[in-house]
Amino acid sequence: MPEYERWSEARTNAIIAEHAGEPGATLPILHALQEVFGHVPVEAEPLVAAALNLSRAEVHGIVTFYHDFRRHAPGRHVLRLCRAEACQAAGGEALATEVRRRHGIDWHATTPDGALTLEPVFCLGLCACAPAAMLDGEVLGRLDEATLDEALECVA
Amino acid sequence: MSRLRLYLPADAAAIAVGADRVAAALRAAGAARGIAIDLVRTGTRGMVWLEPLLEAESAEGRIGFGPMRPADAEGVLAAILDGGTHAKALGPVVQIPFLREQTRLVFARCGITNPLSPEDYAAHGGWKGLARAKSLGAAATVEEIVASGLRGRGGAGFPTGIKWRTAAAAVGSPKYIVCNADEGDSGTFADRMVMEGDPFLLIEGMTIAGFAVGASQGYIYIRSEYPHAVAAMREAIRIAAREGALDGFALEVRVGAGAYVCGEETSLLDSLEGKRGMVRAKPPLPAIQGLWGKPTVINNVISLASVPWIMAEGAGAYRGFGLGRSRGTMPVQLAGNVRHGGLYECAFGVTLGELVQRVGGGTASGRPVRAVQVGGPLGAYFPPALFDTPFDYEAFAARDGLIGHGGVVVFDDTVDMARQARFAMEFCGLESCGKCTPCRIGSVRGVEVIDRLLAGVRPEAQRELLADLCHTMKYGSLCALGGFTPYPVMSALTHFPEDFVPRAGARMAAE
Repeated sequence: MPEYERWSEARTNAIIAEHAGEPGATLPILHALQEVFGHVPVEAEPLVAAALNLSRAEVHGIVTFYHDFRRHAPGRHVLRLCRAEACQAAGGEALATEVRRRHGIDWHATTPDGALTLEPVFCLGLCACAPAAMLDGEVLGRLDEATLDEALECVA
Repeated sequence: MSRLRLYLPADAAAIAVGADRVAAALRAAGAARGIAIDLVRTGTRGMVWLEPLLEAESAEGRIGFGPMRPADAEGVLAAILDGGTHAKALGPVVQIPFLREQTRLVFARCGITNPLSPEDYAAHGGWKGLARAKSLGAAATVEEIVASGLRGRGGAGFPTGIKWRTAAAAVGSPKYIVCNADEGDSGTFADRMVMEGDPFLLIEGMTIAGFAVGASQGYIYIRSEYPHAVAAMREAIRIAAREGALDGFALEVRVGAGAYVCGEETSLLDSLEGKRGMVRAKPPLPAIQGLWGKPTVINNVISLASVPWIMAEGAGAYRGFGLGRSRGTMPVQLAGNVRHGGLYECAFGVTLGELVQRVGGGTASGRPVRAVQVGGPLGAYFPPALFDTPFDYEAFAARDGLIGHGGVVVFDDTVDMARQARFAMEFCGLESCGKCTPCRIGSVRGVEVIDRLLAGVRPEAQRELLADLCHTMKYGSLCALGGFTPYPVMSALTHFPEDFVPRAGARMAAE
């Protein structure tokens, strides 16, 4: 289970400083921030902007362009369920419907107890063992309701 | 303590179906028998339906067991050591028809070697292509790639050698080699398999490209959905640099952030530069003004991974495979509802029907095949009536389709083709970079039109409108996202009109 740090300006600036010298540093910085904080806090945007000589609007535009970057901290566990065609062909949509029903959450939402965040993903390259998902970074294939339940119970 | 060497893939697909748990069970079963298991974690052979596929040395070469479950470890180990049989025994792996019938040029080592062993790589023919390129010289290397007939395997099919020639002749310094490893098409995993299973191959291909066009810096842009590939490539680059194999060529992995459109080459370049992944108008071509405005070769993983074989064996040998203007081999990826899912590398020319029915074994569900989508989310849906189409860039184009990156997603007769068409439009809307109107607005309008059609609101008019909208998107979009979304939509409408009829309970999109 990933443990995220509380946001702090000092930590953010330290992360930015690690990457700011790289050409095209924006994405490496945003990835590093999300790895530490679980999301890219809005408070970080002006700090990134200042370090990279960008406007705050530009940084906001970049953060919101990419599906990966979360604006809020996720639940304790993140399930990324594939919604692309190969998984659709193998029953992925029915599985997703069941997950949403059972946990009472829609895409991008977190259960009220903060245990699980459900995110869509469009292809994990596990298309020959569909349907597939990623749970806290661990890949899962040939899923059905039973095997997915088992995986969720393992991390719970 | 005696030792036993076994081979088990560490490919993400094998891990997803339990390879790591099988590895632990094997070690435990070995310990119980007083045997140390020397488990080599390879890439995958690409027979994903047999994963986790365990292999052991024998007098007949490597013999396979799969698909393995942790509970099989003890029995399989007994079969290997005591010479008995086991229900999961597959015999010599290279004799499995799916593998035996392939022409493995790019995937020759994948599944056999330890991906991160430079000794394995060299012992299995690695670095020969780079050595021959060096002996021929830069200009002759470019011409060798031109002569091979290699075309971009990412989907566009543009001749790789022409890109190289243009970048080599372009004025500007530094020059860059960018590898497009943003393999976003559903149904494709060939790039991932190379990066995880034979990363030095991609490194060698990029180093040759750098030598050929005079570039000293390379970037590999890998999608974030591929953490195993990111880790394997970073480690392989570190090892190759330590071994002095890169000859001063600097290589770096950059990770995408979930934007499908960044698989489009100019959008990828903007993303590498740290911006939103917005598509650029062409010209200028990236080969002339690419990354940070400098001459840039941007090629797909499989294109670059084909280069070492071409350089080692010669352009003529490569041209000997394939037909027409599609030369060499293509890694076809069979996915979705298919019995024998996996990667099948073969010369161009095999028909779609052979791939789906004979190689793939039909559907996994056992129901009849109703449609296959070839070439990812932007590729057309083909009905069985068109299964005589040979796998060839021009033959697919002639039937209003594309081979794209070689993904074949199989659907059985439970598929709702109107829903697939709607999804194509929805996906385009979700992933549009927003720069051009036909894609940004057209995709949203497309969803609405299909919803109205299914809700029975003047369905004939909606059908006409959908065709008109697709025409606008196809010819008016800046890149393949908006430009090719009409392929799945129109192919579904054309080949499966019976699914596009008003239905009870259909709701219209919000007006």
